[in-house]
Amino acid sequence: MSALGRVVRAGVGRRRVQTAVLVLTTLMSVTASVLAAGLLVAARAPFDHAFARQHGAHLTAQFDGTKVTAAQLTATARTSGVTATAGPFRTLSVRPRTASGSDALPAGVDLPPMTVAGRADASGRVDGLSLVSGTWATRPGQIVLAYGKVPMEPGGRLTFPDAPGSPTLTVVGVARSVTGTADAWVTPAQAGALTTPNSPSAYEMLYRFRHAGTDSQLAADRAAIRATVPKGALTGSYSYLAVKRQETANAMAFVPFLAAFGVLGLLLSVLVIGIVVSGAVGAATRRIGILKSLGFTPAQVVRAYVGQALIPAGVGCVLGLGLGNLLAVPVLGEVGTAFGGPAASIPVWVNAVVPAAALVLVAAAALVPALRAGRLRTVAAITVGRTPGVGRGRLVRRLTGRLPVPRAVSLGLANPCARPARSATTAAAVAFGAAAVTFGVGLALTLGAVQSGRMLNSAGQVVVEAGGGQGPAGAQVVHAGGESDIPKADPAKVAAVLRAQRGTGRFYGTAQAEAVASGITGTTTVVAYQGESSWGAPQLVSGRWLYGPGQAVVTTRFLKAAGLRVGDTVTLTERGRRTSVRIVGEAFFTEGEGMALLTPTSTLAALGLDAKPGQYHVQTKPGTALAPYLTSLNTALGPVGAVARANTSNASEVIATMDALVGTLTLMLVVVAGLGVLNTVVLDTRDRVHDLGVLKALGMAPRQTVTMVLTSVAGIGLLAGVAAVPAGVALHRLVTPLMGDAVGMTLPASDIAVYHAPQLALLALGGLLIAATGAFLPAGWAARSDTATALRSE
Amino acid sequence: MTATAPVIDIRDVTRTYGEGPPALAGVTLSVRAGEAVAVLGPSGSGKSTLLNLVAGLDRPSAGSITVDGQRVDGLSEARSAEYRRAKVGMVFQFFNLLDDLTVADNVLLPAQLAGLPRAEARERATRLLEYLRIDRHADAYPGRLSGGERQRVAVARALMNRPALLLADEPTGALDTASGDDVRELLAELNARGQTIILVTHDLGLAESCATRTVELVDGRIVRGTAGIGDIEGAAAVSP
Repeated sequence: MSALGRVVRAGVGRRRVQTAVLVLTTLMSVTASVLAAGLLVAARAPFDHAFARQHGAHLTAQFDGTKVTAAQLTATARTSGVTATAGPFRTLSVRPRTASGSDALPAGVDLPPMTVAGRADASGRVDGLSLVSGTWATRPGQIVLAYGKVPMEPGGRLTFPDAPGSPTLTVVGVARSVTGTADAWVTPAQAGALTTPNSPSAYEMLYRFRHAGTDSQLAADRAAIRATVPKGALTGSYSYLAVKRQETANAMAFVPFLAAFGVLGLLLSVLVIGIVVSGAVGAATRRIGILKSLGFTPAQVVRAYVGQALIPAGVGCVLGLGLGNLLAVPVLGEVGTAFGGPAASIPVWVNAVVPAAALVLVAAAALVPALRAGRLRTVAAITVGRTPGVGRGRLVRRLTGRLPVPRAVSLGLANPCARPARSATTAAAVAFGAAAVTFGVGLALTLGAVQSGRMLNSAGQVVVEAGGGQGPAGAQVVHAGGESDIPKADPAKVAAVLRAQRGTGRFYGTAQAEAVASGITGTTTVVAYQGESSWGAPQLVSGRWLYGPGQAVVTTRFLKAAGLRVGDTVTLTERGRRTSVRIVGEAFFTEGEGMALLTPTSTLAALGLDAKPGQYHVQTKPGTALAPYLTSLNTALGPVGAVARANTSNASEVIATMDALVGTLTLMLVVVAGLGVLNTVVLDTRDRVHDLGVLKALGMAPRQTVTMVLTSVAGIGLLAGVAAVPAGVALHRLVTPLMGDAVGMTLPASDIAVYHAPQLALLALGGLLIAATGAFLPAGWAARSDTATALRSE
Repeated sequence: MTATAPVIDIRDVTRTYGEGPPALAGVTLSVRAGEAVAVLGPSGSGKSTLLNLVAGLDRPSAGSITVDGQRVDGLSEARSAEYRRAKVGMVFQFFNLLDDLTVADNVLLPAQLAGLPRAEARERATRLLEYLRIDRHADAYPGRLSGGERQRVAVARALMNRPALLLADEPTGALDTASGDDVRELLAELNARGQTIILVTHDLGLAESCATRTVELVDGRIVRGTAGIGDIEGAAAVSP
């Protein structure tokens, strides 16, 4: 090993605390950065690849066949900005029933309504379908299912009881459309044969545009198409961006806060590395002098100190890469396989670029103090042997000496002024830590609020199941084939029992059905409310809650997917019946992928669907014991045919993962900040070891020594904490809406405004806590240091 | 305490560091109140070790040390600090003043660490600075004073808590001749006023002019010691 290598290795081994600080600092920042950059790229890549491979449709548009002809739709291909089209394809909403059994589905099961498109072939200039199994439908009597929609393999059979002649079609293939343009495909002739006289005549057109990178560009493209067809002909549309957001939502929601932690981590790394290397240079002036006297050139000294920072940083990078990739596995697990590719993973180039960038930053941070070491004059370095006193802060020391506090406290309070630059960097490290805590606590509070508000059925302490097989929103509901739905309990009787039950506060009922909503691909879960339900309504982002018939409340994601806004109208279709609802409110909930439509039960009645509630949400009066209430209520509900249970809403695994990541990264940042303080106090203690010896010789007790050292960082910690809290709050306000945007949702203001005065006051003390914790160990060392030896260290 | 009771009673004290020869080997020494004992010896003879043990800065490997009726050889760090505050004042070769505190603040430190009321501490410091003729430098920083003046400040600081015992480690070792004479006179004057002093020095002149008894250490053992001068009636700590 070269002389330089030996010096570097000795330096790394000798300063174990500093080495540990450097490893942990880079580990934390690389972990967060790899995760953030990796997720940003990896989560989108499978969709982007599939979209490019299949020439996915930028826009899938639905048209009312009574207002526009196929020829007119074909002519829209000449609209300005359109580069390719597919269609028009006749579309219809049908309710199939299984005619053959499979492992997943027995024969005779009524399936939810599905959108079937009449399409001659799988290929095309737009939305080239990839066959997962089987072949394409080439003649009547055949059907191709969309992958993941119905658990049925080629060879299976489906009957369409509502179609003329109740035809039975054979599944000949399973295909994948990257933007989900239909639930199933048949030949155009078969599509015509499935159409009933009552079926609304509808067409689907698939477009690709020259400019389709943003929502606004797609809105302009949609407007151009709308302008070329008769008024009211375009009944709905959805963009590939909406699909992409939906498919990558969970992973993308991680990116904003991981990026924030990554940036915080990198900045803190630069700061702490600067502190560590600067301290190493300051503490080793004599050593540098000896090295130079032995023939080391200034460049070799610089390389030695940069090397001493790069070695532990390299270890931290390797560990951070491993941890980042490991943590990405659960987040990226589902992305990729959804588009027929392998499970997504963090790209190799991210794994190369992030640690390389981190090492460059480390080298840059270390270079400044290393250059100082290189410039030191050999004679001066050997003569001085230790950092000379600078004599700063005398006035402050004099003033604090007059304070009516114990002398150990006043001595500690004045210490930061003796080395203002070092104190400033300590304050910055503490501020980063305190800001991270503020940010992390805010994120946890926001995620908690999202967790509790995201489920529609979380309202009330008690849920009454009134039969009818109602499942959670978004679930695929099947009913026994040929039989009528399980009869639901009479709403009037259930309501009467609930009202008569002692302890009942208020309640409302919900019914659930599937229907086709204009502008939304496939079927939409319709959750219908009966009774005064505002107390159990999801959090509203804009508009208001349902207050009359013909109204609907949907999420931001639904609005974006359908290209709608509050005040617009959505047309719901089911078995040939249509009704329109006006969107009166924009709400936040993630149940059913956030794509459910909330409306009064009268809407279901208008569609000819069962509007009887299948569930009742009951809020008990304050002080009501739940167990006896349930026992008594179930006794009364028995004859009515309903059953009550405690309401236990389930927790989201995604949010739980986010919480765990936020907690881990916050802790890591705090630990790094604390280690930064520890390192500074160690340096300070070493610099002042002689003074400490004098004070102890004069009778300073160990407790007083600890008090003095802790006080020396307490003021800095408190000030840094107070300054960091607004920064942490601002970061939270910046990042949380971005997390909402990433999943196509607008978070309610109440979920973002999570900080309150008592919490802020406590968080402000976080800086003090970080500083005191970081200084505690060196304070103990200072108290235990050998006085006689210290006095000799002249 | 009776007039004949020793202020310092060192019995069979040995101090070893690691595997090497003992720094002190079976030292026994008594110092009575009002005595000024000079400990002489070449470098490495164990003089400073002896002083550190008496000051409670170090612990003997064997033997006992009693100062003013209190065993000090087994004190905890906290008790040791209390002991130094109450009973010991120390003067060092290189003064060991805190450069970023004024003279007055340096002198006040021991009283402040001991929790003496502020007004009383200030009054005591003022009287000490006047007595030692450095009151005009009260607001100056040590770096601006001559060596002799700095050592006077160090003596003032050492006397601040009215210790039973003043320990001086080569107090003239870093001073020029004039300043050394000045400090020599001061120590003699303090002893004349009843202050018990242990003095570690190479300076035979200092020992002769200040000490009432000398002890010579070689390789950690007392090889020579003059007879004690006997009890000094009414000896007490200096209280200017």
